[in-house]
Amino acid sequence: MVADSKGAFPLCDAQIGDSVRITQLCIEGAMRLRLLDLGFIPGAIIKVLQKSPLGDPMAFRVSQTTIALRKEESSQILVEKLGDE
Amino acid sequence: MRHYRIALAGNPNTGKSTLFNELTGLRQHTGNWPGKTVLHAEGSFSYQGNSYTLIDLPGTYSLFSNSADEEVARDYIIFEKPDATIVVLDATSLERNMNLALQVLEMTEQVIICINLMDEARKIGIQIDEKKIASRLGVPVIKMAARNGEGIDLLLKTLHQLVTGKISPQPLTIQYSKEIEEKIDELIPHIQNLIGNSYPTRWIALRLLDGDESFVQLLKEKYSKGKLQFNPIRFPSKHAN
Repeated sequence: MVADSKGAFPLCDAQIGDSVRITQLCIEGAMRLRLLDLGFIPGAIIKVLQKSPLGDPMAFRVSQTTIALRKEESSQILVEKLGDE
Repeated sequence: MRHYRIALAGNPNTGKSTLFNELTGLRQHTGNWPGKTVLHAEGSFSYQGNSYTLIDLPGTYSLFSNSADEEVARDYIIFEKPDATIVVLDATSLERNMNLALQVLEMTEQVIICINLMDEARKIGIQIDEKKIASRLGVPVIKMAARNGEGIDLLLKTLHQLVTGKISPQPLTIQYSKEIEEKIDELIPHIQNLIGNSYPTRWIALRLLDGDESFVQLLKEKYSKGKLQFNPIRFPSKHAN
């Protein structure tokens, strides 16, 4: 996954407890729509809640709801850490 | 005494079924939607001399038919044309819930928005100006806490006014980019030629621009089964058949 110049990294690399802001979704089609429906919108703030023992899937807090994503999807969501620009 | 069909739409976990149970009590039938493993629940109630059938649509985040649930909900609103659609939103998560509400507003004008779980929202300090939301969206907006019965009376009163034509909502039209708007304007006359004005033409134009194959397929099926009355004007881009 190509990282953005402003220190964006894939959501799957975030650590438990991290709060991150979504900068970009690198997915097209039905899965993109689905993620947008669930609240994975550029600009949205997401919190990493849990990781499975092998790190996949991961659970996130997205607008008052817990949603788990596989690496397949979370690796294609680019995020930035909150507070450091 | 008149009979009205009301659809109930909403995201999962918004208290949609609580509202359904509150309104219909034990007068319910459940089963599956024809040909789908999606639960179909229907109940009835009467209010001020009119009788109502309430159809509990599957809880979905969207109506773009990414799943059987969404397809059932979308098809009901578009093809069965209920007298009104109640969209139940979660007051604690309006941002995500508004997505579905806006999609329904593109499909039909006969909409009431219920902002449910107000008791939860108050607990975490959320205040909601429903009058402002109503004026922005152009449809009635009711705050409620269905599990305590809060807002139910107002909902019934508003529903009565809506189905009897005492209020006629004028939902917000979502404006797209100039390019998309031009294409919509181009498509609408063709759609009207084909199927008339009995279905939301702007919404159908958007689905066509979206390249929604499954919806185009469905239109064709309805046409071949004679369920839709197409006018005998050929669609310009259609060469085959």
